[in-house]
Amino acid sequence: MSANNLLTPESLAQIDRELAKYPADQRRSAIMGALRIAQTEKRHLTNELIEYVADYVRIPPVAAYEVASFYNMYDMKPVGKYKLTVCTNLPCALSGGYQAADYLKQKLGIDIGETTADGKFTLKEGECMGACGYAPVMLVNNHTMCNHMTPEALDKKLAELE
Amino acid sequence: MTVYVKGVVFEGVDFDDPNSWKLDAYVKRGGYAALKKIIENKITQDEIIAEMKASSLRGRGGAGFPTGLKWSFMPRSFPGQKYLVCNTDEGEPGTFKDLDIMVNNPHALIEGMIIGGYAMGITVGYNYIHGEVFEAYERFEEALEEARAAGFLGDKILGSDFCFQLHGHHGYGAYICGEETALLESLEGKKGQPRFKPPFPASYGLYGKPTTINNTETFASVPYIIREGGQKFLELGKPNNGGTKLFSVSGHVNRPGNYEVPLGLPFSELLEMCGGMRDGKKLKAVIPGGSSAPVLPADIMMQCTMDYDSIAKAGSMLGSGAVIVMDESVCMVKALERLSYFYHEESCGQCTPCREGTGWLYRVVHRIEHGLGRPEDLDLLLSVGGNIAGRTICALGDAAVMPVQGMLKHFRAEFEHHIQHKSCLVPGF
Amino acid sequence: MLEIEIDGKTLTVPGGSTVMDAANSVGVHIPHFCYHKKLSIAANCRMCLVQVEKAPKPLPACATPVTDGMKVYTHSDMAVKAQKGVMEFLLINHPLDCPICDQGGECNLQDLAVGYGQSGSRYQEEKRVVVNKDLGPLVSTDMTRCIHCSRCVRFTEEIAGFQELGMGGRGEFTEVLPFIGKTVNSEISGNIIDLCPVGALTSKPFRYSARTWELSRRKSVAAHDGLGSNLVVQVKDHKIKRVLPLENEAINECWLSDRDRFSYEALNSDERLTKPLIKQGGVWQEADWQTALEYVANGLKSVVADHGADSVAGVANQAATLEELFLFKKLLAGVGVHNVESRLRVTDPVATKGVQWLGQSIADLAQNNAVLVVGSTLRKDQPLIAQRLRQGVKRGLALSIVNSHGDDLLTKLAGEVVTRPDQLVEGVLAVLKAAVELKGATAPANIDLVGVEVTAAAKQVAESLIGKESTSVLLGNLAMQNARASELYAATAALAEVVGAKLGVLSDAANSVGAQLLGFQGAGNVFAQPKKAYVLLNAEADFDTANGAEAVAALEKAEMVVVMSPFQSCAFDYADVILPVSPFSETSGTFVNMEGLPQSFNGVVRPLGETRPAWKVFRVLGNLLGLENFHYNSSEEIRDEILAAGIDGKLDNAPAAAVTVKAQAASGLVRLAEVPAYQVDAITRRATSLQATADAQVAGQLRANAATLASLGVAAGDQVRVSQGGEALLVAVEDKKLADQVLRVPLASPATRNLGAGVITVTKA
Ligand SMILES: Cc1cc2nc3c(=O)[nH]c(=O)nc-3n(C[C@H](O)[C@H](O)[C@H](O)COP(=O)(O)O)c2cc1C
Ligand code: SF4
Ligand code: FES
Repeated sequence: MSANNLLTPESLAQIDRELAKYPADQRRSAIMGALRIAQTEKRHLTNELIEYVADYVRIPPVAAYEVASFYNMYDMKPVGKYKLTVCTNLPCALSGGYQAADYLKQKLGIDIGETTADGKFTLKEGECMGACGYAPVMLVNNHTMCNHMTPEALDKKLAELE
Repeated sequence: MTVYVKGVVFEGVDFDDPNSWKLDAYVKRGGYAALKKIIENKITQDEIIAEMKASSLRGRGGAGFPTGLKWSFMPRSFPGQKYLVCNTDEGEPGTFKDLDIMVNNPHALIEGMIIGGYAMGITVGYNYIHGEVFEAYERFEEALEEARAAGFLGDKILGSDFCFQLHGHHGYGAYICGEETALLESLEGKKGQPRFKPPFPASYGLYGKPTTINNTETFASVPYIIREGGQKFLELGKPNNGGTKLFSVSGHVNRPGNYEVPLGLPFSELLEMCGGMRDGKKLKAVIPGGSSAPVLPADIMMQCTMDYDSIAKAGSMLGSGAVIVMDESVCMVKALERLSYFYHEESCGQCTPCREGTGWLYRVVHRIEHGLGRPEDLDLLLSVGGNIAGRTICALGDAAVMPVQGMLKHFRAEFEHHIQHKSCLVPGF
Repeated sequence: MLEIEIDGKTLTVPGGSTVMDAANSVGVHIPHFCYHKKLSIAANCRMCLVQVEKAPKPLPACATPVTDGMKVYTHSDMAVKAQKGVMEFLLINHPLDCPICDQGGECNLQDLAVGYGQSGSRYQEEKRVVVNKDLGPLVSTDMTRCIHCSRCVRFTEEIAGFQELGMGGRGEFTEVLPFIGKTVNSEISGNIIDLCPVGALTSKPFRYSARTWELSRRKSVAAHDGLGSNLVVQVKDHKIKRVLPLENEAINECWLSDRDRFSYEALNSDERLTKPLIKQGGVWQEADWQTALEYVANGLKSVVADHGADSVAGVANQAATLEELFLFKKLLAGVGVHNVESRLRVTDPVATKGVQWLGQSIADLAQNNAVLVVGSTLRKDQPLIAQRLRQGVKRGLALSIVNSHGDDLLTKLAGEVVTRPDQLVEGVLAVLKAAVELKGATAPANIDLVGVEVTAAAKQVAESLIGKESTSVLLGNLAMQNARASELYAATAALAEVVGAKLGVLSDAANSVGAQLLGFQGAGNVFAQPKKAYVLLNAEADFDTANGAEAVAALEKAEMVVVMSPFQSCAFDYADVILPVSPFSETSGTFVNMEGLPQSFNGVVRPLGETRPAWKVFRVLGNLLGLENFHYNSSEEIRDEILAAGIDGKLDNAPAAAVTVKAQAASGLVRLAEVPAYQVDAITRRATSLQATADAQVAGQLRANAATLASLGVAAGDQVRVSQGGEALLVAVEDKKLADQVLRVPLASPATRNLGAGVITVTKA
């Protein structure tokens, strides 16, 4: 294990809480939660961070890398301060999903997958978030769901994100 | 918005009250009475399973497997640890009912799982929660704390010898983890790649131990069944289709939302409840059971009642109860393109036909949508689909093919028009 | 037993069989890629889809359990249609350039595509391109060819014991990869090349050097450890191009260590000798064989005449063949010389009643319920034994170790005692005492347990050995080469007796057992008391001995030194005659492996230049010296003479005498002198690709734990000067699992060749 801690004691305590959920010989189960916690603190997962978390959970680094690269909410590349993920799957598309995405592209001057020059916003296209009734939906930094994202609602949301 | 007509899952929930999800409110509307009844009256495991069978409750996750029967498969005298798992990885496009349960009535799920644990002699459970709904995960963790503090959950439940530990596990963005064995792999801290079955989870599940997996809505229906009796639940719906069902209605209706209604409700009535078609446009087609179900054109759909048997007879599936409503403005090629993209994006990549085939399907539909279609493409789509369906490890392969087959069955002319004229017949979304 | 029908044939198979197992048992071939009998079932390629009566869909044969009365059709319309469909999917993103692929001609995909593929492709979209990965110096990648069967990934995790490869990403973008920036470092990594059914993973040293159909295939036996892995050596133009395992379930199964697979590079190296050489007036001159051998014969005769037979010693490497060793000994005996030595790294020889061996068959080893290994760098010294034990552990075998380092065996240990190298005896005594206490037994009289402290770790090891149906206790190289080997052996033998275990020795070299059979018992260090003349057979004095500096000094002093070796070496400094003799690949011969099995082989290529097989050289020398019975026509004739009396009765690990053992205290810096995996013999040391691996780097390192490094004023990564007799410059590396004050300083390494014995000191360079 790396001698210098890459994560704060708070994050490590959270990872410990995840570890406690599973049988003692099944520490691997906590890797998803541990990577989420690490990413929440550092915003994206570097290889160094993945290896650190893998060591902490005691699994081979490549096993942690498999997980980090499989689930699409893990960011393996730097993202802006706010990662905005807009759902464009069919149910959302029927109620303005693409319009919301297009509005953001135009307003932020970036394409899907890009980050604004000031490093504030990254725009992503998402798959179904399980909230189709509230379309268009947008996820901010993976953990905050915003519903009914009409252009007005988007303007308001962007203004809130400082 | 959420509406219930006859409540099982949402009985008594006040959607305007931000505290309605809490333990106090839940107990006030009859929550945990079923659990108390079991503990106080020392109801046996067999009796509970018999009640579940009588209810004719069918799994709400999509496959519609009878829950009582599934519970009876669990080896009850197995010497080691067994697990109970809830599938809240709601990712089937169009479905958003489990989120609603998690946010508005989490204790119904928790109580249902505790009863399930009791009935099958299981002491540890996990609830696997869809990645994108972190708030639901946090709410669930809070609700667990409440239940533990009140003695409903944990060691020596309500003073009895029965112990049940329950934890939330948060997914992080992979539709495939809704497939039960992929979910188990994910719970084990691996990539969500489905396992070949057999062996089934009842004999080889989480950590290789016997495991029962049910959907959120399935578990949330259990307290009602135990409290009110299986027969009463059954009578809410129709034979072989017991109880109420949550329908997640999305798309071109005036009031999208979750509607808890008795199974067997005519589709036309459901549409009415949703305030009818948006902007008064004409209904063109409906995907009645989540994106993996074949699309049905308006005329067929308007003849259906909303239950497993009726929709199956019409050539589609009730699935997870996600009703995607499309009006006359929708270009079916574009709709299929978006769906095919989804399956291509979400294939776990482990087995050959799905890994290679979903991309192929998407690319061909994408070409057609972009005016580069060739006359032979439609037969190619069906042939490639035929080489995927039934040959994959899990049902995602079939799920990717069904939209293609459905669209070509009912809307082939629209695709042909695209290929010929290199443009849409209708404006699209 | 279940009765089923496959393609109309009725057969019975045991319950738990899969359709694939059943088909294999009657020779019905079902096409497959991901299935491999030694790996877990993945069922991901879907190539093995077959029709099963009453099943609505085709089922994967590899994963479908047989049920009674099942009827399977492997070539019905439904089956073939499914198989063809899968083949089409596998090919849409696979490059169709077999002529330039290194796997061309030996590719499962290519073979099956011929039968199942269609002519033209219906896939008109762009093909996927995947970036290649750096897996290190042994395995080359062409990842666009990967068909995602996951065999390589499963191998690293399940067989090699640590998941070094993974499947990153998902869906169509899934890629086989190592963790970013890491290479595959397993000592058995080369097996992933064999496992890969396509050309995605190929041999880096072999790459593009030949096409498979140009190669002729010859059987041989591996020469670098005591296992005797069976080989298929592939040859083109009288050169070895590639070495593959020859499947032998009882020995190497279908695996090969990297050492046995890639060492062949040395056989084609520039350092090969091709002509006899004689030093005249201090200058090396090429000579013809006749001249060189006459020189040797006369030289030997005159040294014996002048100084007596005791002034001559024969020194042989244990990787020489049985026939070579036999004639070597016979030849020297013919001139009266009986001092022949082969266990050159042994400093305290262990006397046993018979030949030291594994004490059981290799296949039986992993069937034990418990195994204790004493003193071994097991994964590196015995890669496939480590692998077998790892599989045993999965079936419930309790594996424990008493060792002077804590190298990870990549498997679950039931107990582990780590001591200083000079306290290995005490480590075993602690386990013995724990066992004695647990069993209420008494230790043999020669073992004094007074004052031995039973640690918790020792107790755990003892517990793992007691009450099991079959148990073995094995001694490895670090034990047999320990300075207190006799005591260690006696203590271990006592432990085996107390717990009712078989006692075994993990032979260090290809023919260790054979050498002992021939009476190369070894009385100790032949270089400690310098002789007037030495004859060296395949032995490099500076590397193959326990104290290279001392050996070289003795050789430099000698009047005559005859060196028989395939390679140029520092023998130029001290030898008088150098005779180029064949390595194992260029001669016929026999190795007796650790289970006492003699395995004969033929030369796979003809001797390079004027190189001659050593047994033939001895035959001519014998004749030149006028010795009796040197008219052998073939190596087989020699072998048959040697083995006429059989082997089994001669194998016996029982101690020859009751050596007294008593615990001692030890303190101060101590050297753990260990031969690195790729320094074991003259061939391995010259295998260039192996030398580029991560494992090879230990040859230049001093390893110690953090406290020890700190006490020396050294940080990890520093250059350090080590003095012990001579000096060595090494890089300091932290090794967490060493005892305090232990310096892990390699033996047999160019960096440490000047080191001798005695007090060791370390300073920052
Ligand atoms: C590709 C795929 C996705 C699935 N997604 C979900 C899901 O999101 N939620 C769910 O409950 N079941 C899902 N299922 C069904 C589950 O595998 C399983 O049948 C279900 O969780 C069992 O619970 P039930 O019997 O209560 O319905 C999915 C199945 C497949 C093949
Ligand atoms: S069908 Fe698709 S999602 Fe399912 S196991 Fe195969 S590749 Fe994965
Ligand atoms: S060999 Fe059976 S699926 Fe690959």
